[in-house]
Amino acid sequence: MSAETLVQLLYLVATGLFILSLRWMSSPETARRGVFAGVGAMALAVAGTLAGVAAGGGTHYLWILLAFLVGTGVGYPLAMVPLTAVPQRTALSHAFGGLAAGLVGTAKFVLYYGQGNAAALAPYVVIALVAEILLGYLTFTGSLMAAGKLQEVHWIPQRPVTYPGQNMLNMGMMVVAVALGAALVGNPLAPWAPAAFLAVIVLSLVFGVMLILPIGGADMPTVISILNAYAGLSAVAMGFVLNNKLLITAGALDGSSGLILSIIMCKAMNRSFANVLFGAFGQAQPAVAGGEAKVYKADTPESAAQVLAQAELVVIVPGYGMAVAQAQHRVRELYDQLKKRGVAVKFAIHPVAGRMPGHMNVLLAEAEIPYDDLVEMDTINPDLPHADVALIIGANDVVNPAARTDKGSPIYGMPIIDADKARTVYAIKRSKNPGFAGIDNELYFLDKTFMLFGDAKAVVGELAKQLAGESGMH
Amino acid sequence: MTDFSGFAIALIQASGDHGAGGHGQVDFMGALFVFMLATFIGLMAIQRVSRLLHTPLMSLTNAISAIAVVGSIIVSADKDAPVVVTALGLVAIFCSVTNIVSGFLITDRMLKMFKKREGAGK
Repeated sequence: MSAETLVQLLYLVATGLFILSLRWMSSPETARRGVFAGVGAMALAVAGTLAGVAAGGGTHYLWILLAFLVGTGVGYPLAMVPLTAVPQRTALSHAFGGLAAGLVGTAKFVLYYGQGNAAALAPYVVIALVAEILLGYLTFTGSLMAAGKLQEVHWIPQRPVTYPGQNMLNMGMMVVAVALGAALVGNPLAPWAPAAFLAVIVLSLVFGVMLILPIGGADMPTVISILNAYAGLSAVAMGFVLNNKLLITAGALDGSSGLILSIIMCKAMNRSFANVLFGAFGQAQPAVAGGEAKVYKADTPESAAQVLAQAELVVIVPGYGMAVAQAQHRVRELYDQLKKRGVAVKFAIHPVAGRMPGHMNVLLAEAEIPYDDLVEMDTINPDLPHADVALIIGANDVVNPAARTDKGSPIYGMPIIDADKARTVYAIKRSKNPGFAGIDNELYFLDKTFMLFGDAKAVVGELAKQLAGESGMH
Repeated sequence: MTDFSGFAIALIQASGDHGAGGHGQVDFMGALFVFMLATFIGLMAIQRVSRLLHTPLMSLTNAISAIAVVGSIIVSADKDAPVVVTALGLVAIFCSVTNIVSGFLITDRMLKMFKKREGAGK
């Protein structure tokens, strides 16, 4: 068996394992097996590559080892971040993925151009190279921006930044980059080729920043998913450049995952891709003049705890506010106290609650709330009319009835959790300011709604304490 | 499962072309086939992933897309390449390995936390 055949066989097994890895993610019971399959696949891929490189007379092994060690040294602490920081960690790793693709593409171009290798720079290779560069570098800066916004780095604006002609400027930059790329396909060895190549790199780096500037926090789940797809596609492009089918397969798996998650996120907000990327959600709405001043009914944790204690079914709707306040462990205490009293407790999970797909599930799982009680929006909504209490913890737009009724609302048409159909609604809210979309939430002004103002962690802790104290008295 | 066996056959046929070597048109078409089939496999597999696990799914696919390490090693180990090419490749290895290590570790860390209700049976 030739070395090349061995390498391809190892790659083939690795490909199969990657597919199994994703299949096993279908349920929490088999999911950890999926991680092991992925690790095995990656080990085979690296082993196969090193074997192939060694057979071809490769070099720089010590340097490669060093890069592995430094990468491990940086990767390990990144895996140990608190789970509330998972969205920015994910964005950061999309950035690393994009950068790796961009750098390999750059290296290949420098190498082939330096050799004057016209055969290696066949038109389809150059097309793949340009795609790799464009996707890789725009994913790199775009993801860094997203990570910065999620981490709330102070010099990166949190609110969407918009200006006249923004979309025209962004599209213009992309058109120029693609045109330069097309020129390179015809003349990869022209004297101006390196300059054009460099211009494509710079344009895509800038484009990544510009693309994320107008995007606000509530759109992050979609944007992270789109960047995920781009990172995968840049690996696919690398596979075309290097004529490596393992890269193409694994990149395509990642790309399709990002695509499906983006579609789910867009559907959950009733918006299109284009609308997310170019719509600049969250701009201030024109104030409705002449409306009567609406008044919140505030309540105390003491009386809220009494209502909760009498309930048969409590549905908790968590949102980004729960993550910000790191309230998930207090939520678990409240859950325990209610369960102890025989109250049924369910969690209603909106697909875009939080800052990335599945964000709430991971936080609640961290607090050891059994996943059987984490219920998707479509499954829980029929139960809400039977719920005695809907307790909203730091969620806002995902329970705003304006999405059903108000055609002028920016969130009109978005599917929501029917918290307003519960008999009583309690909403924990940090301040009286409107939520991310900058719109009032009618839910808070209903007769059956009571507000609990304060930090989610403190308020939920107080609720749990009240329930514990009361049960002590009986 | 039939979806997967069809894919495997196509993959074997496509990788059979590899012996031809070089950057021939045949390889490019094979690569396109692999890309299309892998995308369909990916779409079908991902659609079955529980919504509970979308965050771990994303960190797992992050780690999988760090397969870019393969290309990075190939570039770095090229003995005929100028220093700048090797350096670019080494940085790319660093980026990919960071994603491999942090991606798989944090996925497993998260998945360990998903527990069934006590008494719900295992």
